[in-house]
Amino acid sequence: MLGLGVDRLQADINRLLTSLFHQGVLDEQFLQLQQLQDETSPTFVYDVINIYFDESEKLLRSLRLLLMDREFSDYKKIGLHLNQLVGSSSSIGARRVRNVCVAFRSASELNNRPGCLRGLEIVEHEYHYLKNMMHELFQLEQQRLLAAGVRYPM
Amino acid sequence: MGMAAVESQFHVLAVDDSSFDRKLIEKLLQKSSCQVTTVDSGYKALEFLGIESNDPNALSTSPQEVEVNLIITDYCMPGMTGYDLLKKVKESSAFKNIPVVIMSSENVPARISRCLEEGAEEFFLKPVRMADLNKLKPHMMKTKLNNQKLEEIEKPLNVSAAAAAAVEPEIKDSAEVGSKILTLQSELEPKQVHLQVAQQEEQTLGNNNKRKSMEEGLSTDRSRPRFECVTTAV
Repeated sequence: MLGLGVDRLQADINRLLTSLFHQGVLDEQFLQLQQLQDETSPTFVYDVINIYFDESEKLLRSLRLLLMDREFSDYKKIGLHLNQLVGSSSSIGARRVRNVCVAFRSASELNNRPGCLRGLEIVEHEYHYLKNMMHELFQLEQQRLLAAGVRYPM
Repeated sequence: MGMAAVESQFHVLAVDDSSFDRKLIEKLLQKSSCQVTTVDSGYKALEFLGIESNDPNALSTSPQEVEVNLIITDYCMPGMTGYDLLKKVKESSAFKNIPVVIMSSENVPARISRCLEEGAEEFFLKPVRMADLNKLKPHMMKTKLNNQKLEEIEKPLNVSAAAAAAVEPEIKDSAEVGSKILTLQSELEPKQVHLQVAQQEEQTLGNNNKRKSMEEGLSTDRSRPRFECVTTAV
């Protein structure tokens, strides 16, 4: 069980990552992040992605509040929020989220409210999909660490 | 810890208003074996360096105890942009030799050329990668070598009273050359005196007591003559 557990979990992790790359959900920037993780910061990827989640959710909530307001007209503010989302999504390799944010931003530049509402829906959808995938990935990593810990007792 | 140990690592000051980006750049720099200090605004960066935002030549109460070999800053920041920070650093006589790198998530050619014209060494598009940081080593090496040359210039002066007197011919009666140097401080050329004073500091106070020497009323302009000496020596 011990050795097989680690190998099987690693295979699951690899399969998940391959699938995410294949779908275009993640790109090579995510690999860059993984390369930064080492013994001095063994949870670097996890930490950084959690900061990304916190910041993104604040931005998404703000965007929704802005657009739900019937009196809404501050497209510039929407643009600024989206700049941040585009930037941080590219930094973690969240290719699809980044792309739909860019499309949303174009709608805001045209002051197109229905376009913005639609854009926000799509971004929220892609974002939640990414978040679920990342949670699954972290869970597998966690299990693998535990299995490896059992295999190599300190 | 001796001067040699402190100076063996590059020290980078990273400026970004996004905590996410700060974490990333910090990790990238640490991976490149750099010592990193992160701040979240241009104002804090100036404060850290010791530049008052309205007077580029004034020093704070805790001037450069740690040497900064490079400043890397985001362009888009509220209040003071990376470009504004770049200008302030280049306007400061004490810090204009520190290389500055600008980062931005937007590829705006006019912005890039404006920054480079203002003296930025490099302009990186985000997301910044390890390969980008490898380009920075030569720039940081330059300031380090300049500072090391300065240490070498100061060392030979740290010899004897006779040598000190020879360098400073205006000291006529020199029973206690040390105290003479200090008392004549106001009468002599500031640059030369600071070298002497620095020599005294090295001898008596040790490298880690720069703050102490400031409080004792010696020259507070320790950092400025360093760079001035570099330009005259080189």
